Amino acid sequence: MSAYRQPVSAFWWLRQWSYLLFVLRELSSVFVAWFVVYLLLLVAAVGDGARAYEDFLAWSGHGWVLVLNLVATAFVLLHAVTWFALAPRAIVVPRVPPWAVLVAHYAAWALLSAGVAWVVLR
Amino acid sequence: MIKMEVTRFRPGEDDAPIVQSYEVPLRKEWAVLDGLNYIKDQLDGTLSYRWSCRMGICGSCGMTVNGKPQLSCATFLTDYAPGPVRVEPLRNFPVIRDLVVDISDFMTKLPKVKPWLIHDGEVPEDEFLQTPREMDEYKKYSMCINCMLCYSACPVYALEPEFLGPAAIALGQRYNLDSRDDGALERRDVLASAAGAWACTFVGECSTACPKGVDPAGAIQRYKLTAAVSALKDFLLPRGARR
Amino acid sequence: MSRRSPEPLVWLLFSGGGMAAALLVPVLLVLFGLAFPLGWLPAPDHAHLLALVGHPITKLVLFGLCALALFHWAHRFRYTLYDGLKLKQASTLIIVVCYGAALAGSAGAAAVLLMA
Repeated sequence: MSAYRQPVSAFWWLRQWSYLLFVLRELSSVFVAWFVVYLLLLVAAVGDGARAYEDFLAWSGHGWVLVLNLVATAFVLLHAVTWFALAPRAIVVPRVPPWAVLVAHYAAWALLSAGVAWVVLR
Repeated sequence: MIKMEVTRFRPGEDDAPIVQSYEVPLRKEWAVLDGLNYIKDQLDGTLSYRWSCRMGICGSCGMTVNGKPQLSCATFLTDYAPGPVRVEPLRNFPVIRDLVVDISDFMTKLPKVKPWLIHDGEVPEDEFLQTPREMDEYKKYSMCINCMLCYSACPVYALEPEFLGPAAIALGQRYNLDSRDDGALERRDVLASAAGAWACTFVGECSTACPKGVDPAGAIQRYKLTAAVSALKDFLLPRGARR
Repeated sequence: MSRRSPEPLVWLLFSGGGMAAALLVPVLLVLFGLAFPLGWLPAPDHAHLLALVGHPITKLVLFGLCALALFHWAHRFRYTLYDGLKLKQASTLIIVVCYGAALAGSAGAAAVLLMA
């Protein structure tokens, strides 16, 4: 008399929305890695001189680069939102309620984003 | 009436489970478990399933109801009207018969996290005093009823049977966070092993499934942070300064 | 096992990278990936960016961001391959490829930033 072992499909993450969302959240890391590549290309172009920088700007306007960056932005935002949502459950500060930890993360996000934009656009 | 589609498995006879349908009365005060009891009493006495308290505390009536792990005593038939209601055994466990699963894997893992108070110093003669704030530190994690819904919801456990699992890690944390306990170091080898907290990828479904609000996923991430910081201290500080 | 396990270290790098990426990547990607190419905002001139990238603090911040973000990717991608594609059997290969790529990428980032 043997027990029945329930099989696990390789596509288990399609079975329910929350699993799919989890896999999408994990895949956001691929777009984080793409961003690093993109950033280094920009830095290299800037270092190579005004001409190379102009070329980079033209290249970044190509259709496929724009589409890739649009998708990457969506995934990076998914990463940021899910990351901040989970942070208060890992970071437990004595006598500080979880919502305050969440608010602190969003405040830091807003502050740093504004700071970076100011430094770049100045 | 509402149709219940129940998974049946007879060991030795069936190679794989089959689905059997039953019509049961749809009453607003009836839980899925009441529907199963009706089947067992009135329609088919051969149906096997576990249950005991009917009030969400014994943790024995966990099943997969319409694809989600649920306590069948706390899930009402009317919520699934007009039906059908699909009742399957808990996922990720071997099925012994019909809706009865084998949880001995969990029973072997549980004592490994030493889910009891380990106290170094002298034990006080009368009560072991604790402030309400100290109790709040771990109370949430002490609500676990070992119903296995979290294991059933966890894809990591499904794919990697060696994974210690949500409830066991959360119970280890429950004692680690108790002001009367000094056993964190003893539990560390098990909790902070590759098959322990590090195997968790924070899917978070265990906490969604938990009927008692334990938040095992949160307990595990919190433990990871503690374990990582203490590992870093071990690495950076000279042996003498470690504590 | 646990004392010598590298898991705490790679998890700290993953977490640090996740935090850095969540805080800094959206604004940088929106600016340089969408806003400038699409003309929502005028692109900064070359001299300004060169001065910015030449500053040691910028170099340090960008290196930290790149290295941590790459280790964040390596760790998450490793587990996505384990779970999403049921590839746990190939775990040694996956570990070498993922963290190896992150190490190589970090070295590359250092080289690019030092030369800029």
